[in-house]
Amino acid sequence: MKRLMSGNAALAEAAVLSGCTCYFGYPITPQNELTEYMAKRMVDAGGVFIQSESEIAAINMVLGASVAGARAMTSSSGPGISLKQEGISYLAADELPAVIVNMVRGGPGMGNISPAQSDYFQATRGGGHGDYKTIVLAPGSVQELTEVVPLAFDLADKYRNPVIILGDGMLGQMMEPVDFDGLIRPPDYEKDYILTGAKDRPPRKVHSLVFDTKLHEEHNWKLFRKFQRMEQNEVRYETYLTDDAEMVVVAYGIGARIAKGAIKRLRQEDLKVGMIRPITLWPFPAKALREMAKTVNDFFVFELSAGQMVDDVRLSLEGKGHVHFYGRPGGIIPTPLELSRIISRHCYQAQAGAKRKKR
Amino acid sequence: MKTVYARPKLLKEARFHYCPGCGHGIINRLLMEVIEEMDLQEKAICVAPAGCGMLLYNYFEIDVLESAHGRGAAVATGIKRVRPENLVFSYQGDGDLAAIGTAEGFHAANRGENITVIFVNNGVYGMTGGQMAPTTLLDQVTTTTPAGRDSVIAGHPVRICEVYSMLDGASYLERVAVNSPPAVVKTKKAIAKAFQRQLDGCGFSLVEILSPCPTNWKMDSVESCEWIDEVMSKQFPLGVMKEVPCL
Repeated sequence: MKRLMSGNAALAEAAVLSGCTCYFGYPITPQNELTEYMAKRMVDAGGVFIQSESEIAAINMVLGASVAGARAMTSSSGPGISLKQEGISYLAADELPAVIVNMVRGGPGMGNISPAQSDYFQATRGGGHGDYKTIVLAPGSVQELTEVVPLAFDLADKYRNPVIILGDGMLGQMMEPVDFDGLIRPPDYEKDYILTGAKDRPPRKVHSLVFDTKLHEEHNWKLFRKFQRMEQNEVRYETYLTDDAEMVVVAYGIGARIAKGAIKRLRQEDLKVGMIRPITLWPFPAKALREMAKTVNDFFVFELSAGQMVDDVRLSLEGKGHVHFYGRPGGIIPTPLELSRIISRHCYQAQAGAKRKKR
Repeated sequence: MKTVYARPKLLKEARFHYCPGCGHGIINRLLMEVIEEMDLQEKAICVAPAGCGMLLYNYFEIDVLESAHGRGAAVATGIKRVRPENLVFSYQGDGDLAAIGTAEGFHAANRGENITVIFVNNGVYGMTGGQMAPTTLLDQVTTTTPAGRDSVIAGHPVRICEVYSMLDGASYLERVAVNSPPAVVKTKKAIAKAFQRQLDGCGFSLVEILSPCPTNWKMDSVESCEWIDEVMSKQFPLGVMKEVPCL
């Protein structure tokens, strides 16, 4: 049955249905509906809900719940996610699963509470100190939000690593029809690393301090090999009208939603524009882009930022093709009409350039 | 022959990294003695700090998680809420609990989390080389207060037990010391009481332990122990600061 829900509430419901039993949060717009939904739903479900004293406390409560064996989640937005980076680094170092939601708002600093995609670098580069990565899932609709939540908990448990769900203020706030019928609770994993008290087994020690540099290097390589496995196995993306495309838009999340509207208009003008939408921002669908570059010369990157993912597109293409970019930072939401005009200009310029080359 | 003392089995036969005359070794041993005597080794989960106590996972034969600097009370909260049947305690120094982790400790106490904080107060940042801590006494010389702590520029020593005693969620707060045999016996009793209260579900408990740091105090071990009696405990009076009857 379909229900009309905000992205924030739908995400919270999906988390509970995915077996999340601990939620810790601190108020920040535009994700408060998630915390408020959990305040009732988690308690009704017999789980743990704490409104923490800070984002730092929340992520450390998540770490505690995770090391005790529970599926745990926290959520926040930009400034609050910055505060959580310390804890995310420790989760990665300790190899503990957790899900962290970022409903991105305009930054830097206090910024504003409008939708933005300017936390891309923070999410995909680790974010905190040290050599580590987190899987980053970027859904593009309220329904898809509910689909990435069980996936996020599953990947977190599977790899024993924090997973980031990167939404934005619009995705969190907007209401769409959503159903949970297809949601399958991820399986429980055998957890031989959690702290339960040393009963019928030797005591366990979970720590990220490794004074011996050789041992610490080995720990880092072990993490590195895990991140390589993620890169091999967990890339997810969606393509749209790419079969005959002469120009491919690269956009994610709500940006891809806007781009889809723009592409529909462009197709009416007979401009052969398609789209690749990364669903995992890390690991990034680099191979898929390289593959496309065999037949497509022009890639148009669109972001609700001054340009962050565009770096990954350039790195993926390894100098092949021509990368165009359009983005608006600071919480501005371009319309599909605006974007279609920009893309069509780039299309015509690219066509003119190709003709010049032929001559 | 009657055995009057033996090393607790839960304390590994490792060589402590602590400096000569340091109180951490005594406190580590007391914790393992109490847990052994109360038969809690299968229930205990310790949250270790950043600071001199951070390597205690090398000595304790119980489950240990090492937390980020100052976050012990928040991490312990997460563990305890998931596993209320376990004995969960954090081990934190003065910089850890009274500076960087002020919010986490304060709010865990205020929520009345059913955890125990073992708060080791030696008035300095020991592991990093003897910088001023929030608990450093006025006029005390440290590497960052070379002319002595001046309240005008560096504030006043923080009395955690007194501050927490104002919080309705805090149920048992006692300040003890480990600078003499009778004081050590009292400390052991305080730890056992705090743990028992946690098992009985009485809510937040904290044992503050005045602990010598001869290396950074630039004193010998005997002087350090005397200094706790003569100077430090004037600023941090010993005794039960708060004890709410357990329902």
